[in-house]
Amino acid sequence: MTTITTSPAIKKAPSASPRARALRRFRRNRLAVAGAAVLGAVVLVTLLAPLIAGHPPNTVDLYAIRQGPSGAHWFGTDSSGRDVFARTLYAGRVSLLVGLTAALAAITVGTLLGAVSGLFGGWADHVIMRAADIVMSFPTVVVILVLAGIVGPSMTVLIAAIGLTQWPVAGRVVRGVTLSLRDREYIHAAEAAGANAWWLIRKHIVPAALPPVTVTGTLAVAQAIMLETTASFLGLGVRPPQASWGNMLNEAQNLTLIQTMPWLWIPPGVAIAVTVLAVNFVGDGLRDAVTPAGQGGGR
Amino acid sequence: MAAYVIRRVLANVLVFLLISVGIFVLVRLAPGDPVRMMVDPEQMRGGGAAFIEAKRHELGLDRPIFVQYGHWLSGALHGDLGYSYVGHRPVGAVLGERVGPTLQLMGAALAVALVVSVALGVAAAVRRNTAVDYGATVLGLAAVSVPPFFLGIVGIYVFSLQLGVLPSAGMTTPGGGGLVDQLRHLVLPGLILAFVTAGPFTRYVRGGLVDELGAEYVRTAEAKGASPARVVLRHALRNSLIPLITVVMYQIPQMLAGAVVIEQVFAWPGMGQLAVSSIGQHDYPVIVGFALYVAVLVLVCNLVADVLYAAVDPRVSLR
Repeated sequence: MTTITTSPAIKKAPSASPRARALRRFRRNRLAVAGAAVLGAVVLVTLLAPLIAGHPPNTVDLYAIRQGPSGAHWFGTDSSGRDVFARTLYAGRVSLLVGLTAALAAITVGTLLGAVSGLFGGWADHVIMRAADIVMSFPTVVVILVLAGIVGPSMTVLIAAIGLTQWPVAGRVVRGVTLSLRDREYIHAAEAAGANAWWLIRKHIVPAALPPVTVTGTLAVAQAIMLETTASFLGLGVRPPQASWGNMLNEAQNLTLIQTMPWLWIPPGVAIAVTVLAVNFVGDGLRDAVTPAGQGGGR
Repeated sequence: MAAYVIRRVLANVLVFLLISVGIFVLVRLAPGDPVRMMVDPEQMRGGGAAFIEAKRHELGLDRPIFVQYGHWLSGALHGDLGYSYVGHRPVGAVLGERVGPTLQLMGAALAVALVVSVALGVAAAVRRNTAVDYGATVLGLAAVSVPPFFLGIVGIYVFSLQLGVLPSAGMTTPGGGGLVDQLRHLVLPGLILAFVTAGPFTRYVRGGLVDELGAEYVRTAEAKGASPARVVLRHALRNSLIPLITVVMYQIPQMLAGAVVIEQVFAWPGMGQLAVSSIGQHDYPVIVGFALYVAVLVLVCNLVADVLYAAVDPRVSLR
């Protein structure tokens, strides 16, 4: 951000950088702040899992199977005597990591394709935008299902499938930003000075598109966590014994376990709901913060 | 209009061909012998290496890959999707008997979702920035944040196991039956799929109605002395529902994804459950058949949405 020198007379006026103004608007949104706080807590707790958990997540203890919550095992133990609290924390690392990586992959692809679409126009634009329409209309869970079914389930397949199916949102946003920049004088000046497309994308389009892409990226994280847990629940994502919130629910999926050991499925289920809700609140707050009323925005 | 429809159909056929190439390539990457995928297992029994070699030639698997693709596609278009490894029956028949239950689940959920989301969306739009409005927003966010499989397990725990009022699995009680029994089985999976679907719908109804309520013709209607209910229901709501038609069409494939998950939780004998269990059993022909079916469903829904949108709203330019 460049600093703008202002005369002392108007120094008190609330005209900080756009980023500072967005941050202030964000802080005024109570739901968004609450979401950010909850999300921060979830990230902190999962990062500090080795210190907090008290038990390793995958160690089988046949002397302590199917125990209810107690002082020793806060969330009880599962059918192999593994500590559910520890598993929930470590599973959070996996779910958050997959969510972040997949969302990052999606917005990277989307930003590149969107910028190319907007810069070049013509048939490239046409093909990319039609592809975006079609990709968006396919249910991602089914795409993951088919890919995992044929190639075999793994975290890599999961991230690739989410990246390949979630890019259109960012793609459309970046295309819109690019179109709005294309006829600005400084872009023409850069082109006249010999800048090529890659330079324009790196130096002008990406910085301009960063605020709206941050919003779509945040919402993409929520979506990606949801998809990861769904795939893992169906047995098509993260493979056991590595715990993920989704596959912990998968393991609890029979009537006897649902009835007699609710501590197996309540913690991971609540963890998913709370985390995804928090990320969505933050995303909505960011959207309102970077696109103030009257400045357009929307979809 | 006719030219527009034809252009959209051709574009969708092109997309289908691209998808079919993708699926064909994936199938070839898949482990397993393609001969096994295409030959009736009854014939395979007792056949030695020479028999398989003869079959390979007969099926054209020694021909160039393009020829093989053409052969495979024309077979698929004629309903010949090969044989299920597990059931030893044609894939078309295996898939066919699963379509009904899935459509029943999706249809019931869609009906409930539409009624609820229109009512809630209208209430939220008319009483903007009140508790009703915020409630609708939070509910909409919850619908996309709480995983349906968790809701399903909670539903089973509360209504099937603790209260004992609703069944937890299947479409009917074995040996029981009857319409009431079927409806009771539909309640939990149907309501959960409806909840997940109603979230985005409510947002659209509210947003569309808010926009329409700001339009000039609404003020005209009010000025003429129409009652508030009449202004909302007869004037604004009718126009705001036009985009919802297309949203519903676009949402149907997404509902299928929800159905896959919910069928798994409630042991509902639909296509989603078939697909998931086929993956567990490495039943590639069934997975491919499912993929093609979904591709067709998505493209048909898109096409209907595009055409309906153009037909319903004359302001849409037919590019």
